[in-house]
Amino acid sequence: MTTLLNVKDVSKQYGQDTLALSDVNFSVEEGEFVSIIGPSGAGKSTLLRCINRMINVSSGDITFDNESVVGLKKKELRRLRTNIGMIFQHYNLVERLSVIENVMHGRLGYKSTFAGILSLYKEEEKEHAVHLLKLLGLEDQIYKRCDQLSGGQKQRVGIARALTQNPKLLLCDEPIASLDPNASKKIMDYLQNISVSMGITVLVNLHQVDVALKYSDRIIGVSGGKIVYNDSPEQMTQEKIKTIYGSEADDLIAAAGDKNAV
Amino acid sequence: MEANSVKSDVSPEKPYRHYKSNKIRVKRLTKPSLIVRLTLGILILLTVYSFITIDYESVDLLGGIAATITNFKTMFFAPHFSNFTFLQGLYAVMITMGLALLTTVFGAVIALFLGLWSAENLSSGRISNGIKGFVAIIRAVPTVLWVLIFAVSAGLGSVAAIIGMTFHSMGYLVKAYSESFEELDKGVIEALRASGANWWQIVVQAVIPSSLTYLVSWTFLRFEINFAVAIAMGAAAGAGGIGYDMFMASSYYYDLNEIGTITYYILAFAILLEIIATRIKSNLHASQT
Amino acid sequence: MLLFCAVSYGAMIFTQFNAVKGFTSIPSAIQWGISNFYPAAHSFEKLPAILNKLLETILTAIAASTIAAVFALFFSVFGSKITKVNNILSIMSRGVATLFRNIDVAAWALILLFSFGQSVLTGYFALFFVSFGFLTRAFIEVLDEVGESSVEALKATGASYPMIILKSVIPSSTPQMISWILFMIEINIRSATLVGILTGTGIGFSFDLYYKNLDYNTASLVVLTIVVSILILEYLSNYVRRVIL
Ligand SMILES: Nc1ncnc2c1ncn2[C@@H]1O[C@H](COP(=O)(O)OP(=O)(O)O)[C@@H](O)[C@H]1O
Ligand SMILES: [Mg+2]
Repeated sequence: MTTLLNVKDVSKQYGQDTLALSDVNFSVEEGEFVSIIGPSGAGKSTLLRCINRMINVSSGDITFDNESVVGLKKKELRRLRTNIGMIFQHYNLVERLSVIENVMHGRLGYKSTFAGILSLYKEEEKEHAVHLLKLLGLEDQIYKRCDQLSGGQKQRVGIARALTQNPKLLLCDEPIASLDPNASKKIMDYLQNISVSMGITVLVNLHQVDVALKYSDRIIGVSGGKIVYNDSPEQMTQEKIKTIYGSEADDLIAAAGDKNAV
Repeated sequence: MEANSVKSDVSPEKPYRHYKSNKIRVKRLTKPSLIVRLTLGILILLTVYSFITIDYESVDLLGGIAATITNFKTMFFAPHFSNFTFLQGLYAVMITMGLALLTTVFGAVIALFLGLWSAENLSSGRISNGIKGFVAIIRAVPTVLWVLIFAVSAGLGSVAAIIGMTFHSMGYLVKAYSESFEELDKGVIEALRASGANWWQIVVQAVIPSSLTYLVSWTFLRFEINFAVAIAMGAAAGAGGIGYDMFMASSYYYDLNEIGTITYYILAFAILLEIIATRIKSNLHASQT
Repeated sequence: MLLFCAVSYGAMIFTQFNAVKGFTSIPSAIQWGISNFYPAAHSFEKLPAILNKLLETILTAIAASTIAAVFALFFSVFGSKITKVNNILSIMSRGVATLFRNIDVAAWALILLFSFGQSVLTGYFALFFVSFGFLTRAFIEVLDEVGESSVEALKATGASYPMIILKSVIPSSTPQMISWILFMIEINIRSATLVGILTGTGIGFSFDLYYKNLDYNTASLVVLTIVVSILILEYLSNYVRRVIL
């Protein structure tokens, strides 16, 4: 296995007093499914956004695909981002546009500004998009406006948009935090399938420990901007959940316990 | 994947492909997008047509623009007082403010009642539609024409200006108020009616308190508009105030430097009003969430 | 409340508004209107000329609004906190817009009379300046409300700045912006009447002409044509809004 992503001594400071990340170190192998868990405010979103440079790190280095992302110039940065798909808690679709138009946005990074603005998509790009929509069970919704979709459907559009990029890595920032349990399960199943069948590496921020335990190859626990756990799900214990979540832990364990009981 | 296995590719028609070229269509024209394009197209056509047919009357466009820039320099960098002093200027702005204030207050008081009677949830359909149609016509007549029409019997001056501006403000506020009232939750009115409250009690206890923030911000917005209108009425309908001074400076004294001074007065007060309006609006947003 | 009444009373003194005279003048105005202010047979001979002027005014209002909208679009993209390039440009474009919209249209007309004289262009530029300032503010609010989420998503796909603006921000805000443009045209037709009186052009000039010649019948016909055209425009705008919003 080769290392796809390597995060080394990364710190991020917002303004004067907020140290969102401090000395974070970890790496991700190709094809791995890794969850990042931790209480809100722990720095999960910040960490994810440092990888595709939506946020610039304050210090440290990140290498993706054997290339340091920290010093990339504008053009190289756009190329880097085409290789990394991103999925958001609030889907971040252009709600007034149709499903297919949103999905095609995933191709913009590959295009000249001119071709992008005029929507000059190649036929095989469109074929690919339709193929992905079929895989995600959205073929009847192709021309629907996104503001008419349910939350789960919107998130599937978000996934399709990320997949049209042909990414090596998918960054998912709490993809199921706004969904009901049924839709959540469906989305997580899709992500797992994508990882297995397409060989895409997945890095997903989660708030729910039980979901992370069920789907991940590895779990990274973040607390107060530091990594406090980095191991397989099997090694996770209630003690360790307590170190990650602090006082929130009891509720979470109780919730997880309920699920196991059912 | 499971979704894939259920729905197979063999469906006979592929609605997302162009019927001839078999290419996939990304854009599909819907009624809204058609109307958007049509509207923009018509506006562009009319604009082009307007520029073709405009009667330039041998006005030199480029020369005019150059002159405008020079004039701006004169106005803004060399303002002076010649026909009035600083305090007289301030007094003139106060008159304009007074016109705006009075017409907003009068308009608001009348509009409050008409607004209640024209809100669909508080009134009968016929009365509501009647008032709405009536104020739509009032609003369609430009304020300056109302003022000039009243001036025939009241004489040119502040009386005609105030009556005319009040008329138009009323038309504007009735629409704004009634829409605010109509946003009120149906259930609230129903609950009060069920408890035996009469119309006036419902209005005073529920309707006005719950839409008060809207009423205040619409009224202030109208005050802001009326300040501008009051300047215009000073210039075009002899209503006095800073607008009249500007008219004199422009049409009789040809004094650009003084126009600069007057422009500074207007800007100072207008921006002040706008800042207050923005504050009120952001408070509104804050109270909503 | 007491303060409020005091301020209003002060305003009455300031403006030398005689409340008694004011309110008693309303019935007499209505009486006068009924007996004088209606189109008579001879007024209709002037109708073609009036309609001609009305068309000129409406076209001026539309042209000023659309051209202003184009400029406002650029300035609002630089001004909005969602799409701004940098803070300096943002503050500058907001500042320019503030300047232009806070000088009233009548004031602009009086200023522009110096360079364009009594011509359509004076009115055109006066309307254009105010519309530009007004629409820039309105568009900035529209853009701000679109929110950052889809901008963030497109940025993450590697899209360039112009792509992000044209593929995500503009599609989300077009309906609102069109609604504002239509509103601006309505305002501008009314303002154009006023400006026409000051600059001797368009429908404002027509009204002024008949009004000053005491031909109130024909003046009322002018008012009628304005009312009808504004009501039609309002109806069309409402239809467009209902479909696109
Ligand atoms: N743009 C920002 N400016 C300032 N502080 C921020 C910003 N974004 C996040 N933070 C702070 O950084 C810390 C980590 O935030 P975040 O990465 O969003 O955590 P998580 O996603 O785990 O909830 C929090 O304390 C948060 O308040
Ligand atoms: Mg987060």
